[in-house]
Amino acid sequence: MNDTNIKISIRKLYKIFGNDPQPALKLVMDGMGKTELLEKHNHVLGLNDINVDVPTGKTTVIMGLSGSGKSTLIRHLNRLIEPTAGEVWVDDENILEYSDTQLRQMRQHRMSMVFQKFALLPHRTVLQNAGLAPAIAGQNERKYADEARRWLDRVGLAGQGEQYPHQLSGGMQQRVGIARALTSNSDIMLMDEAFSALDPLIRTDMQDLLNELQEELQKTVVFITHDLDEALKLADHLVILKDGSVVQQGEPQHILLHPAAPYIENFVADINRARVLRVRSVMQTTLDTSHECAGDIDHNDTLESVIARSEGDTSLSYRVMKNGKAVGMLDMRKLVRALVPSEQSTDTESARRSG
Amino acid sequence: MATYDFIFDGLGLRNWCGASGDDSGGMTSMAQLLAQTSGSDTAVSHWETPFPSMDAMHEACTSFPQSRALTSGLEEGFLSIKNSLKVVVDPLTQPLSWALNEALWVMQVVPWFIMIPVLMLISYVVSREWKLVGLVAVCFGFLGFVDYYTYTMQTLAIIFVCALTCVVLGVPIGIAMSRSDRVQRTMIPILDMLQTLPPFVYLIPLIFLFSVTEPKLYGIAIILYAIVPVVRLTDLGIRLVDPDVTEAADAFGMTKRQKLFNVQIPLALPNIMAGVNQTIMMSLAMVVIASLVSAPGLGVLVLRGIRSLELGVGLLSGLGIVLLAIILDRVTKAALARINVSQSR
Repeated sequence: MNDTNIKISIRKLYKIFGNDPQPALKLVMDGMGKTELLEKHNHVLGLNDINVDVPTGKTTVIMGLSGSGKSTLIRHLNRLIEPTAGEVWVDDENILEYSDTQLRQMRQHRMSMVFQKFALLPHRTVLQNAGLAPAIAGQNERKYADEARRWLDRVGLAGQGEQYPHQLSGGMQQRVGIARALTSNSDIMLMDEAFSALDPLIRTDMQDLLNELQEELQKTVVFITHDLDEALKLADHLVILKDGSVVQQGEPQHILLHPAAPYIENFVADINRARVLRVRSVMQTTLDTSHECAGDIDHNDTLESVIARSEGDTSLSYRVMKNGKAVGMLDMRKLVRALVPSEQSTDTESARRSG
Repeated sequence: MATYDFIFDGLGLRNWCGASGDDSGGMTSMAQLLAQTSGSDTAVSHWETPFPSMDAMHEACTSFPQSRALTSGLEEGFLSIKNSLKVVVDPLTQPLSWALNEALWVMQVVPWFIMIPVLMLISYVVSREWKLVGLVAVCFGFLGFVDYYTYTMQTLAIIFVCALTCVVLGVPIGIAMSRSDRVQRTMIPILDMLQTLPPFVYLIPLIFLFSVTEPKLYGIAIILYAIVPVVRLTDLGIRLVDPDVTEAADAFGMTKRQKLFNVQIPLALPNIMAGVNQTIMMSLAMVVIASLVSAPGLGVLVLRGIRSLELGVGLLSGLGIVLLAIILDRVTKAALARINVSQSR
């Protein structure tokens, strides 16, 4: 918890919905599952022993299907929902010990939120919506207008400040939502299925926008999604939830190559691995880079781009560069093998070894 | 001899009752008088067994109270607390009398050639529709032409004061209801009662409480009757505010107060305005009944029509009330439509 790279730290967090959660909590801690708890005690297990560290300045994506507790989890980070047990540390302070005033201060200045259904104020202009956080803190429109307009420009809504939200399309409304979160100047941005209500093309645009903003601003983003493609596109750190528990968390590339549970294998089976996997995840780290090679590739290139470059020739191998230094080699054959989900690839490997 | 003698005998209460059939002291019922005049005390067949009511019990046991003792007891009870009640209620409601008197005075002092343009201007400011302004001009022109101008203005003054009071009291009550389920649970039966109780019923205790010459008598009657919709719709409106938006307000750290004034009330405004519209309509309906207790205005004419069977007066004043209702309804609905457009969800 004293690690400066960790912005938010969730420790042993439990949430049980029902009339009398404390006895139910004891049962859950003794190992009772979600279905049994619901059938026998009529309590819903929302979150079960969550331990997650959110790194500073990175995008942490929490992914799970509906009912996995991901929206419940993100609402614990700013205490829109109170936990049944556990701790949430933000900047080395346990926010569950905060008074109402401290909590409001944190929500106004240190954490902002973007919502699935935009949740803009329909009776206020786009500019007033974007300036919600300073307005709540007591600034008048003239004072916050410049800042709000700057962020509206940044998300691509220049000159739309005087419109009302209902005059904008869904994608534009969510841009206002993002501008509203940015105008608050908070370090932490919580995004609750922020792009799920948008159609696919606009969603891709918004993901690109978020990635761009992240490169520039390096906020600590906690992003909720049910879409694995989106998760892999945005995540620096990926947390996969199922039935209120963390199934696996870590670097997305690592999860993709080494799924810890059948549940995740099923999940990643449908993914276009060539587009998601990067050279650094499949290369051989070797200092001996003197082999003959077809050329240099960057360690962050996707496998897709390497395949395109090799024109499908599996006999080649490439030298992998990181910041201008050679860090390893990539054999095209190994690359192709990585495109098949791990179970099969290990099978073939062992088959080859025995054969 | 009475049907229910056995109850008191069985319970051993005969001594408390005194001698059976001895009517001395108790009030004599009409049935007993009739029985005395007919002089026959025939045995009652089982078919005619009376319901075990208070009067039937009284027949068996004179110490048991008659039902008329209940109603007279209620009356005496009310009369005995009347004075102390008046000490509290009188000063509280006095401003209503003043407001009604002032409004009536203003409406009568301002000459018609100023008043009608002012009303037209108000309807324009509220609705921004020239058609409505025309309607207002035509209606007031007609009512003035048939010499009902003064009555119309009196009715308008009463409605203005009463509807305004309803809003000022009703909106905060509605807000309190929307915030607490307990307040809502206690308020809803009261509102149901106010809405269904025949207005004449609460006119009676009001007449005992205040003198008939005081304007607040009919003011209170109108307010009690008309306040219900604005309370209900404020409660409903705030409860219907999109929970996503209120959650966003929480997530950005609004205080409860900021949330109420910046989010909940503005978003509930269409519903609140619908409540105001209904409140105005209901106070207009009550104006006629209130003229039974000296409320001036078109209601007096309607009453005259009924009392002395002046068909023409009754019909024309009824038409006047309808015209007033149409104007008030259209103007408030136009205001409502303007709010809806600016929010259009």
